[in-house]
Amino acid sequence: MLLKLDHIDIAYADVPVIRDVSLGLEDGDIGCLLGPSGCGKTTLLRAIAGFEKVKKGKIMIQHGVVSSPQLHVPPEKRRIGMVFQDFALFPHLNVADNISFGIRKMASRSRLNRVNELLRLVGLAGYGNQYPHQLSGGQQQRIAIARAMAPRPNLLLMDEPFSSLDVELREQLVAEIRSILKQEKITAILVTHDQYEAFTMADKIGVINGGQLEQWDTAYNLYHQPQSRFVADFIGQGVMMPGKVINSHQVDTELGVIDGKVPEGCEPGCPVDILVRPDDIVHDDHSKRVAEVVDKRFRGADFLYTLRLESGGVVLCLTPSHHDHAIGERIGIQHRIEHLVLFRRDNFVTHT
Amino acid sequence: MHTNTFSNLARHLVPSVPRPDWWRGSVLLITLILALPVLVIFSFIFTPSGEVWRHLADTVLASYVTNSLLLVVGVAIGTLLIGVSTAWVVTATVFPGRRIFEWALLLPMAMPAYIIAYTYTGMLDFAGPLQSTLREWFDWGYGDYWFPDIRSLWGAMLMLTLVLYPYVYLLARAAFLEQSVYVLDVGRSLGFGPWRVLFRIALPLARPAIITGLSLALMETLADFGTVQYFGIDTFTTGIYRTWLGLGDSAAAAQLSAMLLIFVFTLVVVERWSRRQAQYHNSSRSFKPVPPIRLTRARATVAFLVCLFPLLLGFILPALQLLSWSIDTAADVVDASFFGLILNSLSLAMGASVIALTIALLMAYAKRLRGNALLNIAVRIAAMGYAIPGTVLAVGVMIPFAWIDNSIDGWMREQFDVSTGLILSGTVVALLFAYTVRFLSVSVQTVEAGLGKIRLSMDDAGRSLGYTPGRVLRDIHLPIMRTSLLTALLMVFVDVLKELPATLMLRPFNFNTLAVRAYELAGDERLADAASAALSIVLVGIIPVILLSRSISRKRPGEEYVAQA
Amino acid sequence: MSILRATTLLLLATISIVPVAQAAQEVNLYSARKEKLIKPLLDRFTQQTGIKVNLVTGKANALLQRLKSEGRNTPADLLLTTDAGNLYRAQQAELLQAVESKTLESSVPAHYREPEGHWYGLSVRARTIFYANDRVDPKELGSYAGLTDPKWKGRICIRSSNNIYNQSLVASMIAHQGVAKTEEWVNGLVKNFARRPKGGDRDQIRAAAAGECDIAIANTYYYGAMQTSSKERDRAAAKEVSLFWANQDSTGTHVNISGGAVTRYAGNKENAIKLLEFLVNDESQRWYGEVNNEYPVKSGVEISGTLKKWGEFKADTLDLHLLGKYNAEAVRIMDRAGWR
Repeated sequence: MLLKLDHIDIAYADVPVIRDVSLGLEDGDIGCLLGPSGCGKTTLLRAIAGFEKVKKGKIMIQHGVVSSPQLHVPPEKRRIGMVFQDFALFPHLNVADNISFGIRKMASRSRLNRVNELLRLVGLAGYGNQYPHQLSGGQQQRIAIARAMAPRPNLLLMDEPFSSLDVELREQLVAEIRSILKQEKITAILVTHDQYEAFTMADKIGVINGGQLEQWDTAYNLYHQPQSRFVADFIGQGVMMPGKVINSHQVDTELGVIDGKVPEGCEPGCPVDILVRPDDIVHDDHSKRVAEVVDKRFRGADFLYTLRLESGGVVLCLTPSHHDHAIGERIGIQHRIEHLVLFRRDNFVTHT
Repeated sequence: MHTNTFSNLARHLVPSVPRPDWWRGSVLLITLILALPVLVIFSFIFTPSGEVWRHLADTVLASYVTNSLLLVVGVAIGTLLIGVSTAWVVTATVFPGRRIFEWALLLPMAMPAYIIAYTYTGMLDFAGPLQSTLREWFDWGYGDYWFPDIRSLWGAMLMLTLVLYPYVYLLARAAFLEQSVYVLDVGRSLGFGPWRVLFRIALPLARPAIITGLSLALMETLADFGTVQYFGIDTFTTGIYRTWLGLGDSAAAAQLSAMLLIFVFTLVVVERWSRRQAQYHNSSRSFKPVPPIRLTRARATVAFLVCLFPLLLGFILPALQLLSWSIDTAADVVDASFFGLILNSLSLAMGASVIALTIALLMAYAKRLRGNALLNIAVRIAAMGYAIPGTVLAVGVMIPFAWIDNSIDGWMREQFDVSTGLILSGTVVALLFAYTVRFLSVSVQTVEAGLGKIRLSMDDAGRSLGYTPGRVLRDIHLPIMRTSLLTALLMVFVDVLKELPATLMLRPFNFNTLAVRAYELAGDERLADAASAALSIVLVGIIPVILLSRSISRKRPGEEYVAQA
Repeated sequence: MSILRATTLLLLATISIVPVAQAAQEVNLYSARKEKLIKPLLDRFTQQTGIKVNLVTGKANALLQRLKSEGRNTPADLLLTTDAGNLYRAQQAELLQAVESKTLESSVPAHYREPEGHWYGLSVRARTIFYANDRVDPKELGSYAGLTDPKWKGRICIRSSNNIYNQSLVASMIAHQGVAKTEEWVNGLVKNFARRPKGGDRDQIRAAAAGECDIAIANTYYYGAMQTSSKERDRAAAKEVSLFWANQDSTGTHVNISGGAVTRYAGNKENAIKLLEFLVNDESQRWYGEVNNEYPVKSGVEISGTLKKWGEFKADTLDLHLLGKYNAEAVRIMDRAGWR
C-alpha cells in the first residue's frame, strides 16, 4: 500500500469539510477522486499533498505517517509531485528550467539528461527553450506533468488537470497521460468531476459526496455495483424503477419479474427501487413489450432513447445508430439485467 | 535524494500545534515598532485640552476642514483626469512623440511640491516677471486687468496635481498594459467604440490600480505643508502646525493629527470594503497585448497636446526657471559641500527604499501565507504613516527614540555607572526609521499588487517541488514580480529624496541634504539661491524615474522573458 | 536580486555617515538661524579658538521639541533662535541654564537679555512699516495703531498670522496695552487688508511696489536684502518703497532679537559660553549687519552702509520675554479676527 488514508477528518475553522475518509492505493496504481463540485475532493487531495492539515485520522505515504492531528510534514518534505488545474508553470522560466526546477540539486549533466528524457516522454523534445506563454494549452499541460515527474516523486497528485482544456484535446491527452504514467510506473491520484476522465485514467475511483467517501472501487464495480443511491445516480445513466421483492431471487417491476440475487434483509413484499441502465434495455422488434419513444439523442455510434412504458414508467435504451425511430413511435424492448442493483425504499443500501 | 524510503523523514516531523509562526510573529513585531510614532500621536488623545479645542472650533477648525476637503477633491479630480487620460492615450494609441511621453510623463514626480510652488509664484505673482511685463507692454496698473492668482486654493490644487498625477499615471498605465486584447475585444464584440471600451471595460478593470495611485496622491496632499503654507491656505496640516507652534499646545496638535489619521484610515477601509468581492486577476490565460490604435492627424494633435500640457506645466517650465536661476547663482552656491549634499541625499534614499521594500515584501508575503484579520489590520496600521505630516511624524519618532535612549542610559548609569548617552536619537537610524514609517505604504501597496497577480497555485507548485516558503519567495515570486519590486524601490527613493520636514527635524549634526539646503534658502526667500539644490533634487530624481518608466513600458506578462529565449 | 546583501551594504554605508562627536574641544549647536546666516561666523570661531562646532539647523519649535525629548542626554550645548519668544518658551520648559559672563553682560544691554542670564540677544531685528512712494505721504503715517484708520481700507499687505514675527508684534501690543485694546487693533487692521495674507515679508514689499497695496509691514532686513540684491527686479521694487519707523513718538519700533542660550544639560558649557562671547564681539556684531542687515545688540558697533541710510530709530525696550509669554494669546486674537 503506497498511500493510505485512515479515517481522515478535515475542517476549516470547525466547519467539517471531509468526514471519516479511508482509502488505500497500491504502488503503481492510478486513483481518482470523483465528485460534484464542492464535495471536498480537492481538499482531500490538498491534504494528501500537505497543504491542508487533518483534524482526525492519519495519512501514510510509503508506510510513513505524513499527517495526523499531532504532526504535519510540510508539502516540500513529502516527495510528492503535483499538477495544477491552471498548470502553474513559472512564466519567468523556460520549459527546460521549469522541468528542472525540482531537481536543482542534481548534477547538471544528469539534470540535463532527465529534462530531455521527460521532454521526449511527453512528446515535446526540442521545446526546452520555449517559454510557457508560447505553448498551447495541451503543451503546457504536458510540461506541467513533466515538471511534477522530474524529481521521481513517490506519488503524483493531479488537481483537475484536464478541466481547462477543450474536449477533443482532453480525450486524447487523458489516454496519453495514462500511458505515460503506466510506462513510468508512477502512483498517482487525480481529482475530477468528469466520470469518463476517471474511467479512462483510473484503476481505482473514489466517489465523494458531501465530504464523505461513498465508494472506493474499480470503474466496473462503480457502474455495475454501486453501493449507494448517490453513486448509482452519479455514475453513468439510468433510472430508478420501483418494484417489490417476491423472494430471495426475484423482484416484480413494471418490466416484469427480474431475476437476480436479492440481498438478505429484504423480506418478500418489501418495496424497493432497482437501477435500470440504458444498456439493460435492448431494442427487440419481436418483443411483445412495447414502449413509446418520448425523446431521442443521436450520439454518433448509437441512439439514446427515452421510452415510456405502457404502465407509465420511464426507461432509457441504447441502440445502434441505424435503429432510427421517430418520437411517438412505439418500439419493442426487452430487459437484460445482469446485475440486479436494488435499494430499499427506506434508503437501506444493498446490492446483489 | 531519490531513495523511496521515508527513513529520513523523521527528522522533519515537527509537531504542528505549538510550532511558532515566524512569518506572522515577525510582521506583528515590525508593525508594533513601526506603529510607535502613530501610537505616540494617539496617546495624546487622552491629554485634556478642552479649552484650546473650543477656541479652534469657534474660529478656524471649519476652514481647516473645508480647505482640506476641497484640496483633496480638487487634486483627486485633477490627478485622475490627467493621470488616466495620458496613461490611456500613450498605451492605447499611436501618435508622434508617444515613445518619449511614455517616460517623460513621469518626470514631474521628481519635482517637490514646495519647489514647484515657489517657482510658479516667482513666475506668475503680481510682482513677478510675467505680470510685470504684461503691465509694461499694455501700460496697465494694479486692478486694470484680471490675472489668475496662483497663490490660492486653486493654485494649490494645480501645483499638487501637477506633481502628483504621475502616481495615477504610473499605476493606471501598468494596469492598462496588463489588459489582454481578449478582454477588450469582448467590448468591441458588444459594439462598443474605443471610448466606451475605456469607460466600460478598461477603466473598471484598472480601478484597483488607479485607486492605489490616487490614494498615494491624496495622502501626499493631506500631508503637504510647504505648498499650502506658502500659498496661505489653512488646511488641517498647517492647522496642526499652528496649534502646536503658535498656541503652544502639543496635545491639541496631536489630537488634530489623530483626527486626520482616522479620516484617512476610514477612507482606506471604505474603499477596500467596496471592492471586497470583486476579483481583478487576469482571468484569461491567453494573453495578447492590445494593438494600439493609429490616430488621424487631428486626433494625434489632440493626443499630443493632452500629454504635452501636464509635462510642460509640471516639469519643463519650472525646470527651465530653476535652471535659469541656477545659472545666475551656481557660482556662489555650488561648492565642495554641495556634492556632500548629493551623496547624503542619495545614501538616505537608497537605504530607506531598500529597507521599506524588504519590510513590504515580508508583510505582503506573510499576508499571503498566513493572512488573517489580525495580520491584515497590522499591515494597514504599519502603512498608515503616509498620511502623517512629516513634522508630526518626526515628533512621533523623536519621543520614543529619546525615551529608549534615556532608559538605556539610566539603567547603565545605575548598574555600571557608565553613561551611554543617546544611541539612536539624532542618528541616521532615526532618519531611516522615520522614512520607513512615512513611505512604507508606497512599497506595501506596490508589492501587494505585484504579489496579488501571482496565482496561488505557483506557491503550491513550488512547495510540491521541494521548496520551502522562503525559497518559493526567492526563486519564484521575486523574479516574476521584479517590475513591481523595482517600482516600489524607485518610488520610495524619489519620495525620500524630496522629503523635508522629518529630515530637518531628525538629522544628525553637520548633516545636510539637498532638500534641506533648498528649503533653507527658499524659506529665507532666496529662491534663486535655492534653485541649484532644487534642480539637483530633480536631476537625481529623474534617473530612477526614467529607469522606472523603461521597465514598465517593457512590462507585459511573460514578454520580458522572450528576449532571453 | 540579492536584497539582503544590498541592505547590509547600504546599512554599512549609512552608518559610516554618522558623525562621531568625540573630539575634546567642541561645542554642539542647535540653531534656528539658517546655516548660511551662521556658518561663516562659526568657522571663524573654530579658526580662532580651535574649538570644533557641530551644527544642526531647524525650526525653533522643532529644536525645542528635540531638546525636550532628549532630556539630560542631549548632545546640544547651545541653542540659537531668531526670536525671543522661543527662548522664553525654552526657559519655561526648563531646557536652559543661567550663565554668568562679564563679557556678555557688558556687551548685551539689559532689555536684550534674560535677567538671570538664561539667554542673551545676539542681533536686533526691527519690524516696521513700508509705504509706496507715489501713493503714500509719510506724514500720514505714525504708529502701528494708526493703521486701523479706515483711510487705509484695502491698502495694507502683511503676511499670514502663522508667522512668528506677526505673533510677536501682536504679543508686544498685548504687553503694552492689554488684550482688549490689542484685539480692537487686530480687528481694525484685518479690515484694512488689501488681500488675503500670503507669501513672505519680501512679497509684501514687492506687492506694495507693484501697486497691489500701499502699505506693507515687514522686517527691515528683508528690505535691505532687496536693496542690495543682485537681481535688478528686486532693487527696482525696493526703490518704489520707503521705510518708515513706527511708534517713534510712543513706545518705539517693535524689535525682536536673535539670541543664544546655554542648554541645561550642556556637556561643553565653557565652550558654549566662549562661543556666545565670540558672537557678541565687535567683529561678529558688524557681520550681522553686513551679511543680513540686522542691527547689532552691542552699542557702539559700527553699522553697515545700508542700515545707516535708514537712519537712527527708537526701538521698543519692552522686556522681550513677554513676547513669549503672550504668544498664545496673540494667536487666539488673530484667529478670532480672521487673520489667517
